Amino acid sequence: MIELGLQSAAYIVATILFILALGGLKDEESAKRAIWYGIVGMALAVLATVFGPGVQNIALILIAVAIGAAAGWYIAGKVQMTEMPQLVAALHSFVGLAAVFIGLNADLMLGAVQQMQAQGIGLAEADLTGFGEKLWEKDAVEIAILKVEVFLGIFIGAVTFTGSVIAFGKLAGKVDGKATKLPGGHVLNAGALALCILLGILYFNGAGIWTIFLVAIIAGFIGYHLIMGIGGADMPVVVSMLNSYSGWAAAAIGFTLGNDLLIVTGALVGSSGAILSYIMCKAMNRQFVSVILGGFGSGGGAQQEVEGEMVAIDADGVADALKEADSVVIVPGYGMAVAQAQQAVSELTRKLRDEGKTVRFAIHPVAGRLPGHMNVLLAEAKVPYDIVLEMDEINDDFKSTDVVIVIGSNDIVNPAANDDPNSPIAGMPVLHVWEATDVFVCKRGSGTGYSGIENPLFYKDNTRMFYGDAKESVNALIQKL
Amino acid sequence: MKFGVVKESQETEARVALTPASAEQIRKLGHEIVVEAGAGARADISDDLYREAGVEVLDSAEKVFEVSDIIGKVRPPTEAEVERLREGQTLISFFYPAENEALLKTAADKGATLVAMDMVPRISRAQKMDALSSMANIAGYRAVIEAANNFGRFMTGQITAAGKVPPAKILVVGAGVAGLAAIGAATSLGAITYAFDVRPEVAEQVESMGAEFVYLDFEGEQEEGSGGYAAPSSPEFREAQLAKFREIAPDMDIVITTALIPNREAPELWTEDMVKAMKPGSVIVDLAAEKGGNCKLTVKDEKIVTDNGVTIIGYTDFPSRMAKQSSTLYATNIRHFLTDLTPEKDGQVNHDMDDQVIRGATVAHGGEVTWPPPKTESPSPQKPRQEKKKEKTREEKHAEEKAAFARQTRGQIGLLAVGAVVMLLIGSVAPESFMSHFIVFALACFVGFQVIWGVAHSLHTPLMAVTNAISGIIILGALLQVGAGNWLVVILSFVAILIASINIVGGFLVTRRMLSMFVKS
Repeated sequence: MIELGLQSAAYIVATILFILALGGLKDEESAKRAIWYGIVGMALAVLATVFGPGVQNIALILIAVAIGAAAGWYIAGKVQMTEMPQLVAALHSFVGLAAVFIGLNADLMLGAVQQMQAQGIGLAEADLTGFGEKLWEKDAVEIAILKVEVFLGIFIGAVTFTGSVIAFGKLAGKVDGKATKLPGGHVLNAGALALCILLGILYFNGAGIWTIFLVAIIAGFIGYHLIMGIGGADMPVVVSMLNSYSGWAAAAIGFTLGNDLLIVTGALVGSSGAILSYIMCKAMNRQFVSVILGGFGSGGGAQQEVEGEMVAIDADGVADALKEADSVVIVPGYGMAVAQAQQAVSELTRKLRDEGKTVRFAIHPVAGRLPGHMNVLLAEAKVPYDIVLEMDEINDDFKSTDVVIVIGSNDIVNPAANDDPNSPIAGMPVLHVWEATDVFVCKRGSGTGYSGIENPLFYKDNTRMFYGDAKESVNALIQKL
Repeated sequence: MKFGVVKESQETEARVALTPASAEQIRKLGHEIVVEAGAGARADISDDLYREAGVEVLDSAEKVFEVSDIIGKVRPPTEAEVERLREGQTLISFFYPAENEALLKTAADKGATLVAMDMVPRISRAQKMDALSSMANIAGYRAVIEAANNFGRFMTGQITAAGKVPPAKILVVGAGVAGLAAIGAATSLGAITYAFDVRPEVAEQVESMGAEFVYLDFEGEQEEGSGGYAAPSSPEFREAQLAKFREIAPDMDIVITTALIPNREAPELWTEDMVKAMKPGSVIVDLAAEKGGNCKLTVKDEKIVTDNGVTIIGYTDFPSRMAKQSSTLYATNIRHFLTDLTPEKDGQVNHDMDDQVIRGATVAHGGEVTWPPPKTESPSPQKPRQEKKKEKTREEKHAEEKAAFARQTRGQIGLLAVGAVVMLLIGSVAPESFMSHFIVFALACFVGFQVIWGVAHSLHTPLMAVTNAISGIIILGALLQVGAGNWLVVILSFVAILIASINIVGGFLVTRRMLSMFVKS
C-alpha cells in the first residue's frame, strides 16, 4: 500500500513527464523519445492510484483495465492512417462519456455520504473509498463549489461526448458531411443552454440528481446539434476544439475530486486543443466563433466571375512536363486521403528524386480533416519528413518551381483568397501554386468541391486539369516516367 | 510570288534579310526566292549556301527589283532604291517613317507598299516579328562585349596566387530589351551588375536576371508609357535620378545606357560631372548614340577617350557587328511577317489591312501614306502596379520596433491585470482548499500554452493522439470511486475505467505507430 505522501510524489513525477511528453513534440526525433515519458508517467499515475489509499474492488479494476487495454491495443494496431481523424474523434467521445459518468458518481456518492452523516455513522465505520473520505470532510461552502464543479464536468463532458460521436460519424462518412441544422438553429442551442443553467441552479439548491441527469441529456443535444451544423471542411477546427473540451472536462472532474494530477493534465490537454483550434482558424482566416456557429460568413457583393476555361491534360502530358522539370512541389489535400493515394505519391516522389529532381511537399495547415493529417499520411507512405514543408516555409519558393502537382486540394490553393475581397475565403492564407511555371491539378471532376467555392486557379493559363481518381492518375504517371 | 533580297547599299551594313534557313521556310509558303549576288558575304553566307537552299542568285540589285513582287532588306531604302519600286511591289525593311516622310511620300505616290519592320505593334501575337527587340537584344549583348574589350581588367573577381582581383561593377541604365540583354551578358561574365529603370515594376525582371535594382528615394508616381516604353519623367523625378547616379558614379567601372523615348531625343542621364567622377580606365557604352546619346560627351559612331581616361563608345551599329547572328534573327522576323501575309500558304499575298499587325506595320499602301496607323486599344501588357519598395531608414525601423514592443507590453500588462482581477474575485468567495487547486489549474494552463506553441506543425496529429492518451488520466477519478457501496456507482465507474483504458492504451500506441513512421531522408 502506497502512502498519501508517496502518491503525491508519484503524481508530481507524472505531471512533469506529461509536460515533457508534449514539449518533446517540437521535432520528429525528440518526439520518439518523448512518447515514452508520457507512457511512463501514465503508468506511474495509475499504479500510484490503484495501490494508494482508499481504492477498493481491485479485481473489478483489473478486469476493466484489461478489457479496455485489449480494445485500445486492437484499435491502435488496426487503424488506417487515413482514418486517424475518426479515431481521434472517437477517443474524445470516450473522455467525455467518462467525465459524465464520474460526475454523476460524484453526486451519487455525495448523497450517500450526506445520508450517512445524517444517520450519525462515524467516519471509521462508514468504510468509504478515498473520494468518499474527502467528501466526508467537506464543509457547506466546499460542497456548494463541488456542485458547481459537478455541473460543469457533466455539461462539458456531455457536449464533448455527443459532439465527438457526430464528428466521428461525419469523418467516417456515416453521417452526411453537409452542415445541417434543425429548425430554430442557434436559437435552439441558446434555449438548451439556458435550460441547462436553469437546471443547474435548481440542482445547486438541492433539487436532486434528476436535474443534472437532465443537464447531461440536454448538453448531449447541444453537442449533437452544434457539430451537425458544421461542414466537413471545418472539421480540423472541430476536432481540435473537441480535443480542448475533453481536456477541460477532465480538469473539471479534477476539481470535483480534488485531484491535482487530473487538473494539471486536463489543463494541458485543454490548452493544447485551444491553441490548435486557434492555429486552424488563423490558417483559414476565420473567427473561431463563426466556425463554431457554422457556415461561411457571406460578405456583401458578388464573387468575381471567373474567365477562361479549364484545359484538361492526360498522363503523357504531365509526365513530359515532369521529365523536363528540375524542381517539383506536390500539394496534397483531403482528396489524396480519400483516394488512398499516398503510397502512389510516395512512389512517384521516389522515382523523381532518383532522377535527381528536387521534390518537395507543401502542406497547408488545414489540409485534410485533422491538424497535421497530411504529414502523418506521407510519413506512413515513407516520404522523408525533411522534404515535407509547411506553408510559410515554401510559399516564396513557388516562383522558382517548375511543376506543381495539386492532388485533391482546392480551397487551400485558391487565388481568390488573395484577389477577390468578396470571396467567402477572402484573406485566408493560401499556397501560391499559380506562381510556378506549370500547375497540374489532379482532381476527380470539374466540380467546385466541398466548400462550393469557384477556384480561379483551374482557369489560369499555366494550369492543366488532370482528371481522374488520384490513385489511378498518379499510378498512370509512374508508368510513363 | 517572288521574294527578292538585295545587298545592303550602305557599305558599313553587314546584315542581310535572308538566310538559307529562312529561305527554306519561305519556300514552304509557296514563294520563289531570289537574292542579289554577294548579299550575305559580310554575314558569312556565301551565294552557294543560298543556292543549296533553292534560292536563285541574280547578279545585280536592278534584276532583283525587276523580277520580285516583294523586296526584303534591312536598312531603310535609299532614294535610288525607292525610285526603282513599281506599283504593286512591296518593300519590307526598317523604315523609321517619322524621319523619312519625304521618302515615304515618294514611295506611296509610286503605288508601292511599304512595310516598316520598326512599326510592328508590340503585342504578344507580333513578338515573333518584332525586329526591334531582336536587334536590341544583340545590341545589349554586344555593348557588354565592346565594353569588356575596352576595359583593362577582368569582369569576374578572382583570387589568384598573384593577388586578388576585384570584380568589375557594371551599371545598366534602362531595363528594356537591350538593357536586360546587357544585364544577362554582364552577370554571366561574372561582373557585379546594377540596373536602373524609371519603371519600378521592371525591378522583378532585373532581379530575375541576377542584377541588383537601384531604387530611388522618390515619393511620386512614375507613369509607364505605351508599348512597353517609358514615358518622359517629371523634373523632380529626374533630379532624384541624377542625384542617385552621382552618388554611385565613382564606384562604377562600366556604364551602359539604353534609355530611349519614342520619337524624342535621348534623355541626358549621364552628365559630364558623372563622367569626371569615374575612375580612369572606366568605360561608357551609349546605346542611345543614334538619338543624341544619354551622355552628352558621346560622339556618334566613334570611340573617344576623355581627359580623365574614361572611354565612351558611341557606336550605333552593334547589330551589324554581329552580322551573322542579327541576320539570322532578322531573317526569321521577316519570315514570320511573310507567313502572316500568306495565310493560305499558297504563294499568294493577302495584304489584309484589317489585321492589326499588318495594318500597324504598313506605312504606304495602294497609293496612300498609311502612317501613322489609327489608334487602337493600347496593347501594352498592363501589369499590376507594384508597391514601390522603399528601404526604411534605421531610425524608422527602430521606432517601429519600439512601437511594436510597447504595444506588446501594453497587451501583456492588460491581460495580467484582467487575470489578477479575476483571480482576486474568485479568491474572495472561494475557500482556501479550492484556491490551492485553482492555482495548480492556472499554472498548468500557463505551462500548456508555453509548451504547445513549440510543437511542430507536422506533428499536430501525433499531438492530438497523445493528448487523447493523457486525457485518459480521467481514469483516476473512476478508480477512486469504483469501491463505493452503491451498485450504480460501481457500474458507472467500471465503464468509465474501461473506456478510459481504451483511450490510454489506444492513444499511446497509435502515437508511437505514427511517430515511428516519420523518417528522415
